[in-house]
Amino acid sequence: MSKFKQTLGILAATALLGGPAMAEELTIGLASEPTSMDPHFHNLGPNNAMSRHIFDRLILQDERQQLIPGLATEWYPIDDLTWEFKLRQGVTYHDGSPFNADDIVCSFNRAPDVPNSPSSFGIYTKGKTVVRIDDFTIHIKTPRPYPLMANDVSTIVIVSSDSGCDATTAAFNDGSAAIGTGPFKFVSYSPGDSIVVERNDDYWGEAPIWSKVTFKPLKSGPTRLAALLAGDVDIIEGVPTTDITMLAKNAEVSLSQGVSNRVIYLHLDHDRADSPFVKANGGGAIDNPLRKLEVRQAISMAINRDAIVDQVMEGVAIKAGQLLPDGFFGVSDKLAPVGYDPEGAKALLAQAGVGDGFELTIHGPNDRYINDAKIAEAIGQMLTRIGIKTQVETMPRSIYFKRASRGGPDDTPEFSFILVGWGAGSGEASSPLKSLIHTYDREAGFGASNRGRYSVAAVDALIEEALATVDDEERAALLAQATEMAINDVAIIPLHYQVNTWAAKKGLKYIARTDEYTLAIGVIKE
Amino acid sequence: MTVFIIRRLLQAALVVLLMSLIVFFGVNVIGDPIDMLINPEADQAEIERAIKALGLDRPIGEQYLFFLKGVATGDFGRSFIFGEPALKLILHHMPATVELALTALILAILIGIPLGLFAGLYPDHPVSRAIMAGSILGFSLPTFWVGLMMIILFAVVLGWLPATGRGDTAVFLGIKSSAFTRDGLSHLAMPALNLALLKISLVIRLTRAGAREAMHQDYIKFARAKGLRTRRVIGVHLLKNIMIPVVTVLGLEFGNLLAFSVVTESIFAWPGMGKLLIESLLQLDRPVVVAYLMIIVVVFVIINLAVDILYSILDPRVRLREQGT
Repeated sequence: MSKFKQTLGILAATALLGGPAMAEELTIGLASEPTSMDPHFHNLGPNNAMSRHIFDRLILQDERQQLIPGLATEWYPIDDLTWEFKLRQGVTYHDGSPFNADDIVCSFNRAPDVPNSPSSFGIYTKGKTVVRIDDFTIHIKTPRPYPLMANDVSTIVIVSSDSGCDATTAAFNDGSAAIGTGPFKFVSYSPGDSIVVERNDDYWGEAPIWSKVTFKPLKSGPTRLAALLAGDVDIIEGVPTTDITMLAKNAEVSLSQGVSNRVIYLHLDHDRADSPFVKANGGGAIDNPLRKLEVRQAISMAINRDAIVDQVMEGVAIKAGQLLPDGFFGVSDKLAPVGYDPEGAKALLAQAGVGDGFELTIHGPNDRYINDAKIAEAIGQMLTRIGIKTQVETMPRSIYFKRASRGGPDDTPEFSFILVGWGAGSGEASSPLKSLIHTYDREAGFGASNRGRYSVAAVDALIEEALATVDDEERAALLAQATEMAINDVAIIPLHYQVNTWAAKKGLKYIARTDEYTLAIGVIKE
Repeated sequence: MTVFIIRRLLQAALVVLLMSLIVFFGVNVIGDPIDMLINPEADQAEIERAIKALGLDRPIGEQYLFFLKGVATGDFGRSFIFGEPALKLILHHMPATVELALTALILAILIGIPLGLFAGLYPDHPVSRAIMAGSILGFSLPTFWVGLMMIILFAVVLGWLPATGRGDTAVFLGIKSSAFTRDGLSHLAMPALNLALLKISLVIRLTRAGAREAMHQDYIKFARAKGLRTRRVIGVHLLKNIMIPVVTVLGLEFGNLLAFSVVTESIFAWPGMGKLLIESLLQLDRPVVVAYLMIIVVVFVIINLAVDILYSILDPRVRLREQGT
């Protein structure tokens, strides 16, 4: 009898452990919810991460944002203005229809042109002409030499010319058009509640280990954490920094951390002689001291980056000396984070003729970056210590970004000294250089986020030269050189690189990604 | 009565119009969602295209007129964020909220009335004192704190109930609800109780006060003198008479439960309208916010009307008429 019971127990145990359906289901708690299942509707992180599951791109980005083959097996420039892409053969869509070059042509047409899109993929398809050569070869032509071709192409999702290219966003949302070639198939989408996908057993690459994945949007940090601890979800992204120490001691939880492509930095008003939030002591007008190199250097030296990383960020950040962390394409190996030196800073202020200091207001968001408001407060105190009496004003991002970008007269930036972050979506240094450092130029599309209106012709020339240099090694050197010039001129003041934290239940691990995406294929069993 | 209802509806239409005007311009003053929606890598041309795509390049007055024109044909505009019609989004989130609010309301009645009655009939009993002390706690503890404590206790420490979200749904009598499945009920229990807590306390206090007052009324004394059983005296005569204030208050509170269960829905990640509203507000998704509030005004008007009609049925002395006419 007891033997029978034992056997029964073992049988039950094996059934529980070995039951494939149970063991292979995964539930992920997301901090931000995708706004659509249409992969071309909204060009923003959460949507682009979600579309990685159901769809493919010609070129994929790995966890370090290095480019790896997707639906294209190889790509290379055949002349200055033409890139050739060889397509993967034998790939089928989830509905069984075959993949070929027609899909590429129509996907590149659809991507920039979805009705009501709040942020389109036009910035990546602009100026490119896709030509079908044969079923498995395409050419992409540009009017000028264009080295970032592969980076741009890695953002465009490929949908089927039969079912996807003419479909509306609503058809993707109800699933009838959500047919891709990706590692997972669409099952259901319920906004605000859940997104469910199941394994595509015919996937051309390595099939995922998860048979079914459920994504749950859990925007509130404590709720997300509670859901993990209660076992509602298996893994969460965006672990609140205040809880990381507690979780590290919890034997039931496994943490994964990785540096992101996001630098947190300060932008200063380089442009206006009378800057609205810079005042002389007592509140009078002053010739904008932020335009003097010594003053900018002094501000950078007055900031104790170690203290910010250790105390405000609780150790979960890496202090920054340039625009992107080490290891990314085009970063400089000559730049190090500026050391903390309040005495040296005071001496520089005296040298610049503002030894008695001045009054400044730092503006920042309070719900956008990890601990953003606390960082702004810490910087306010540090600058006040060297004599720059700094007021701190933080606000919700819904108000902040509009004012910071175009809140002033004639759509100019409203503030003088701001805290912002920049994530390099392309995973290389031209992204921050052309948007933050290059002179604001509406026609050419440069400097769109240059909220300090920094403008130095020599730096601009280097950036433009890099963007026309197809040779990787030469381009990397030019980007590094442009970065060095801008950072030595204190165009912006880098503070730290954000480190992202994922928490999973014991036995699972997440392969941390620099682009901050949470992908089911990145969740592995330990 | 028909005149009464028509006049009420006309008043409601005016309120809805005024409210839409205030909200439309109010949200516009705060800003627009472009900077949150656009990919940071976007260049100036793309930012301008997006502003245009959402119709934000036109003067605000023109945008409002365009909106009114749409409303006249039943189109409340498209969500800036989801690109879907605002009305469709709200209706999609509505069943979850109705389910939660109804469950909370039922809990408030099932728990609140018996406890309140007991406390009213035996005011000096130690249990009554405990009930009243409990109701004070129910009033004064903030909902979000109680919610978090419930999650920590029942989900994290004891592991009895799931912490977040809505469970499986099933269709019963043509209604699709998560209250018909075991999984659904386990998800529903905590948020419903959290939402009901305040209402339970309210019902306890109302019932107790009503019962204490009615106990000394002549009709109760007469019923007792007539030799009716206690159960009948309390269950029929007393209860029926103290229900009027309870029904009035619960009616209005039900509107509140429907419209503003924002805190509970956020804490428990309940995919309802309240969560949609707060997220839309944070992201300045003006079409959804305006449409939502317009619908809520209509719901409140209907509930008020229903309460008035119910009132006149419960108490024949009440006549439906406008004041002063």
